[in-house]
Amino acid sequence: MAIDTRASISAEHSGDARPPARSPRRRPGWLGPHAGRALVGAIGGYAFGHWIGNVIASGYPHVQGSGQNDVAIVLGLSIGVAGWLAGAGMLDYPLAKIAGREPLPPAPSKSWTRYFGPALDHKVIGLQYTVVVLLFLFTGGLLAMAIRTELLNPTSHVFGPGTYIAVVGEHGTIMMMMASSIVIGPLGNWLVPLMIGSRRMAFPRVEAFSLWIFAAGYLVILTALPLGGFPTGWTGYAPLQTQATGGMDAYLVGFAVIGIGMICAGFNLLATIINYRAPGMSWGRVPIFVWSILATAALLTLATPTLVAAGLFGVFDRTAETAFFVNEHGGSSYLWQNLFWFFGHPEVYIMALPGFGIVAEIFPVFTRKPLFGYRIAAAGMVGVALLSFFVWQHHLFQSGINPDMRPLFMLTTELISIPTGFIFLNTMGTLWKAKIRYEVPMLFALAMGFNFLIGGISGVFLSDVPVDVTVHGSFFVLAHFHYTIMGGLVFAFFAGLYYWLPKMTGKMMDRRLGKWHFWTMFIFFNLTFFPLFFVGLLGQPRRVFEYAQNLQTLNDLSSVSAFFLGASFLIFVFNFVRSMFLDPKPAPANPWHSLGLEWQTPVPIPPYNFPRIPVVLADPYHYGTTDSQVVADLGPQTLSLAGAVASSTPSAVASHTVTGEEGSADPRPPFA
Amino acid sequence: MNGGGETHHFRRLVAIWLVLAVVLDVVYYFVVGPHVPPGTLTSTASGAQFDFNVLFLIAFPVVLAVWVYWAYALIVWRGSRAGAVEPEGGAKARGHLGIQIGWITTTTVIVIGVFIFGTVELVVPAGAGGGEGPDPIWTPTSHNVLPIQVIGQQWQFTYRYPTFGGFETRQLMLPADTTVAFHVTSLDVIHSFWAYQLGVKADANPSEDNVAYTTTKQPGAFTVRCSELCGLWHGAMYNFGRIEPKAQFFVWAQSTERQNAANTKDLPPFAYTYVPDANGANGAYYPDNVDPYSKVETYGATSPGK
Repeated sequence: MAIDTRASISAEHSGDARPPARSPRRRPGWLGPHAGRALVGAIGGYAFGHWIGNVIASGYPHVQGSGQNDVAIVLGLSIGVAGWLAGAGMLDYPLAKIAGREPLPPAPSKSWTRYFGPALDHKVIGLQYTVVVLLFLFTGGLLAMAIRTELLNPTSHVFGPGTYIAVVGEHGTIMMMMASSIVIGPLGNWLVPLMIGSRRMAFPRVEAFSLWIFAAGYLVILTALPLGGFPTGWTGYAPLQTQATGGMDAYLVGFAVIGIGMICAGFNLLATIINYRAPGMSWGRVPIFVWSILATAALLTLATPTLVAAGLFGVFDRTAETAFFVNEHGGSSYLWQNLFWFFGHPEVYIMALPGFGIVAEIFPVFTRKPLFGYRIAAAGMVGVALLSFFVWQHHLFQSGINPDMRPLFMLTTELISIPTGFIFLNTMGTLWKAKIRYEVPMLFALAMGFNFLIGGISGVFLSDVPVDVTVHGSFFVLAHFHYTIMGGLVFAFFAGLYYWLPKMTGKMMDRRLGKWHFWTMFIFFNLTFFPLFFVGLLGQPRRVFEYAQNLQTLNDLSSVSAFFLGASFLIFVFNFVRSMFLDPKPAPANPWHSLGLEWQTPVPIPPYNFPRIPVVLADPYHYGTTDSQVVADLGPQTLSLAGAVASSTPSAVASHTVTGEEGSADPRPPFA
Repeated sequence: MNGGGETHHFRRLVAIWLVLAVVLDVVYYFVVGPHVPPGTLTSTASGAQFDFNVLFLIAFPVVLAVWVYWAYALIVWRGSRAGAVEPEGGAKARGHLGIQIGWITTTTVIVIGVFIFGTVELVVPAGAGGGEGPDPIWTPTSHNVLPIQVIGQQWQFTYRYPTFGGFETRQLMLPADTTVAFHVTSLDVIHSFWAYQLGVKADANPSEDNVAYTTTKQPGAFTVRCSELCGLWHGAMYNFGRIEPKAQFFVWAQSTERQNAANTKDLPPFAYTYVPDANGANGAYYPDNVDPYSKVETYGATSPGK
């Protein structure tokens, strides 16, 4: 397969013919863009915006009457985000372009400091994303502990009702923000170019932007607590939203900020997957994980603008006294519910599809079998993505709006379980007469299937309107979506993390500690959330701080298990710190003997991944055949790989791939 | 072959599944089924109990089909087992038309069946106790429907009985063997009227009349909780109600109407929705320096004294 890809590379670099750019003034490193400067920009921006808001609005009657200036808070947060982005260097390139200068792309750095500044390498950004989503996850997890502490007793309280409701809202919002990016951000950005044989993402600067604005969203939503929290939960229903105090502004701005980041991440991945596939990477050979990211990215791009728009309406209602959501003044409280859930339900699948992708990617590796029903898996993901736009009103089954539409939304909601069920067909078919290796990633993938089945089946109960009359808004719903998001997506995320971290960091996670993490997390997850199905069936509504005496046993079981569940994450943190920093064990290039294209690269992967664009020869699921093919032609020196992959001793694969030195032979950034 | 032929594994799996599914369904139906929430106090509650039971009876075999298969596969085809052989790849491992068609057909049949069942159970019992908005399209056959208004406000429910002069109480009393129409509305934010043992749930939206029907059966006590987050004291927004025999209910209603007559005069006249004023909106819409009774702010509402 001697296909010359030189032509495509040189075409990509045709911009190099330009006259050399004027060298910008060199600044000392600490003045350059990095997280610290971003934080200074955020604080300065907030102070400036707050001052402007006070100048504009402190004379308004409703501001004087309430002693609360939402204009100042919204402007403070917005300009704070702009300051954060400027500090992170996100504006350097467009400003330099506007000024007529030709900015030099940063030289690929090998220093550890590159993880604290803006990067254009998708692998650096992927690791930065990993850290930020873990920050989200652990913050939300601590808040969950607080909620379960309050619910230990039905009548005596740890928190006041205001604190409790603020904690509930903060937990939900942080977790939703985290879950929308937990796979797309870290693994999507890190893996997709490698899996499709690309040297980079389509828009590296947009990729960096999506990361930094995602991190800004974390800071914005954190400010909700000092601003008094918000009483609406993560759904932010108006008109409660309209009468809430300052923390609500942080919720609205925060979701809008996160939404912009999600849109950017989404269309970047869409463009990358569609346009940057290597020669030979046809749609029938694209790894199933990439299919799931494609479907998710489409949802991110198409659904999230509704959230941003709804957030802006809410901001206007609270600052400029418009009445989008105020019934008495010509608006409608249904409008927020519709806009929110029109985003919110595709969002639910944004939080499910990447998990399916990871599980379907991991199963073949640890069963040594091809993925069963590849086409049906891809079709299922696209089908779920399409149908997810037609189900949102099942969140409004008891709201009184459109009762005649209920059978239709019941039908669409139940129909979506058909393509969702395909993932079970794929995994079950792949298990048939397999040779299953119980490595940590496989355990997490299996647990994802176990949990998601419970979550999915309970979803069918919720979709049934007559049954929904009882379970709507109860702990049954809560248990259901924790089973799908935490039991599904978060378990899949850890499966993916244990699976790909050796490639991402070049170090192996400890297997024993990984198994401890898995078993404690799996057991205590189920002990935490399974009782909550019964709590809901027995009549406990969500987000309450008082409940019936007879439900205390179940609530206590859930609470105590939740503390152990929280502790299981400490095992992960300990394992991570130990395996990465204290006692690192170098990982082989392909520890799991996978056929995935991303595993055929050396460790560490050089900047721009492939010295030349690989030519893809087969899909990555050729397990179990004697006539195994090479996955891809990575360059002249890798042709001898033929036949070595099926037996796949790690050293054989590693020694045949290009080394880091050769990889950096072409250090020119493709996006100069 | 890997521990037996294809049909051998398949038959064994089906046998295990069938036994477990039948046992689980039978045990569930006879032991758990009669006690499933929300009980049998009203027509909609028994309807919900029946629907729960049907869905559980369908769900158990489905869940077991997956779990039995997984457990079997994880034990029989584990790589560490003595004599484990390399699995076969190739076209056969990549897909099987019959299995795929069978899977899609089965899941589709189940889903369509559940949908038809759910629709019948929604339409025939007049909305199954869910809020149907201001113009219900599925209405009860009874011509004697007792209207009761449920008013949500931060953070309590009150009830008005238009049949009895529109008096207002904080305890919901219902007559037995009667079809009731709950007219649910709110004075401020969105609440949700969840009469748990009645099998009724309807959101209380400001300026909206959300109607839900049920038919009470025997006397009994029930709990009302707010099930839509409505702010600070949402967790404390609950009260209790009773279904009384008809005669007792009428005695109670008429005496309460008399006792409350003076208070009822001060209430706004009965209406299906109320525009919030200084009384209704908890003062929340009106900062201190705004007169809640100015023409601009209240759209013509007048103060109680005028």
